[in-house]
Amino acid sequence: MMTYLIRRIAIIIPTLFFVSIIIFGLQQLLPGDPALALAGEERDPQVIQFLRHKYHLDEPLPVRYALWAGGVLRGDLGESIRINKPVLDLVLEKLPVTAELAFMALLISLTIGITAGVVSAVKNGTFIDYGANIFALWGLSTPNFWLGFLLIILFSVKLGWLPASGFVPPSENLAQNLATLVMPAFVLGNASAAVLTRHTRSAMLQVLSADYVRTARAKGLDERVVVLKHGLRNALIPVVTLGALEFGTLLSGAVLTEQVFTIPGFGKLIVDAVFNRDYAVVQGVVLCTATAYIVLNLLADIAYFLVNPRLRA
Amino acid sequence: MTAILDTEANLAELPDDQPWRRALRRLVGRRGAMVGLAVVLFFVLVAVFADHVAPYAATATDWSAVRKAPSAAHWFGTDEIGRDVLSRVIFGARASLMAGVISVLISLSFGVPIGLLSGYVGGFLDGLLMRIIDAMLACPFLILAIALAAFLGPNLTNAMIAIGISAMPAFVRLTRAQTLATKVEDYVEAAKAVGNSHLRIVLRHILPNILAPIMVQATLAIAAAIIAEAALSFLGLGQQPPAPSWGSMLNTAKNFLDRAPWMAWFPGLAIFMVVLSFNLLGDGLRDALDPKHK
Repeated sequence: MMTYLIRRIAIIIPTLFFVSIIIFGLQQLLPGDPALALAGEERDPQVIQFLRHKYHLDEPLPVRYALWAGGVLRGDLGESIRINKPVLDLVLEKLPVTAELAFMALLISLTIGITAGVVSAVKNGTFIDYGANIFALWGLSTPNFWLGFLLIILFSVKLGWLPASGFVPPSENLAQNLATLVMPAFVLGNASAAVLTRHTRSAMLQVLSADYVRTARAKGLDERVVVLKHGLRNALIPVVTLGALEFGTLLSGAVLTEQVFTIPGFGKLIVDAVFNRDYAVVQGVVLCTATAYIVLNLLADIAYFLVNPRLRA
Repeated sequence: MTAILDTEANLAELPDDQPWRRALRRLVGRRGAMVGLAVVLFFVLVAVFADHVAPYAATATDWSAVRKAPSAAHWFGTDEIGRDVLSRVIFGARASLMAGVISVLISLSFGVPIGLLSGYVGGFLDGLLMRIIDAMLACPFLILAIALAAFLGPNLTNAMIAIGISAMPAFVRLTRAQTLATKVEDYVEAAKAVGNSHLRIVLRHILPNILAPIMVQATLAIAAAIIAEAALSFLGLGQQPPAPSWGSMLNTAKNFLDRAPWMAWFPGLAIFMVVLSFNLLGDGLRDALDPKHK
């Protein structure tokens, strides 16, 4: 176990190093001299000189990378030029909102995805199976921002049941918080539900044709026990690890959902930063999302290792 | 004499027995894939002949027909400055299909050679390239595409480059895995034994044998790229107004959901139909090229 863990964590180090190179490299794509862009229209040579020195633009590229990476390791992701706040503070401020949205979306996608996948596998070849397959294809093909609009038109404009936009923190009013998040969470979880449906169906079909399931049926066990206890428990092993990875995908998918429903989270932060040319924030968000994704990947691998007795043996 | 005739008959039948022909027959037999192909072809024709089939110019405004609901004069209604939504959906097909195909071509033209090199050479180079690809895969697709598009500058060309680069790691991984499996096959060993150069072995013996899964991945990647382009244009990082694109039309529509919902219905429906068709075609291709897959 320890050897596996150490080896798995060791792989993360070069990956994180290259992630940092990619994110630092993004800055180099900017056309022109950043000091000129930051100096404004007057372009005072003294100001330009000051900015070059302040942001180490007068240093060679490897030195600039070392300075930037050193700052990141100390938790200094730079400062937002628009809000004049440390990027890390901004990220930590917005992260809970996106994490709550992504968590709700994950719950919805796991509930729909696993249920649809199991039913589809048990009713293999029937209209219910075709229905679940059509649902999965529909989920994979629907742009989530469009689905968001359709739900707003139906539930907010026509029926007036749910708010079309905004966010209320759970500490302020839990009912309002859930009301504002239910539509975005469904929109965000929809595509993941489709992915999980396909994987659960495929895993269940494999497990239900295994010898031990046939033995369980031969012993005369109730079909529900066979499906849920012998089938689903084993089929869930790859699905649960996939669920951990889907959480990372949901964090990034939140960019569009938050834009549609005007939710002040991580996604809205990066989009606003893009339009305000607040590049330190863009880099900070990409770095945090990538790190979260790598950590979730690690946790998924460890979970897979722990729940799979054959790997532990 | 009979033996000679039999051999000739077998030779005549040979082309039919080639794997590609068998795969094509299986593909034609799949109704979903054929429907997908038909819809894709329909949209391609609409995009190519947009000038002839669109009832109005994409940017023609009519201040006497602002936000008009669908009618005989404007089948899909009009937008906030009186432009015909149907015409903009038709012209928007050009941006979406072009973005889908070109960004996947960018992914393929970098991803396949890197994957071939990594898988065939192996060793330190493979390890190094895989760590870089792992790092790219760690940055979620859309976030990386947004960041690239932001730093490159907002326009359709940069959006296609951003999507192409963000989607590339999947092709590197796939090509490398297929190369690793193929390079130990007997026919590759035989090609080495008779003194073929490495370049010839890779291009003539490995690449043609790994094309099938790459084609399937490319078809499915076009669907993802079309959604990504729509997403970037929706955020204002792709096609810039007044040029039409389905994503930017949805961006405008979000301000008029209560007064002119048709502005959102039709561009979204177009994205959905094209993406669904590419997914159906991709699924059908996968089943046709890999019958073991279910």
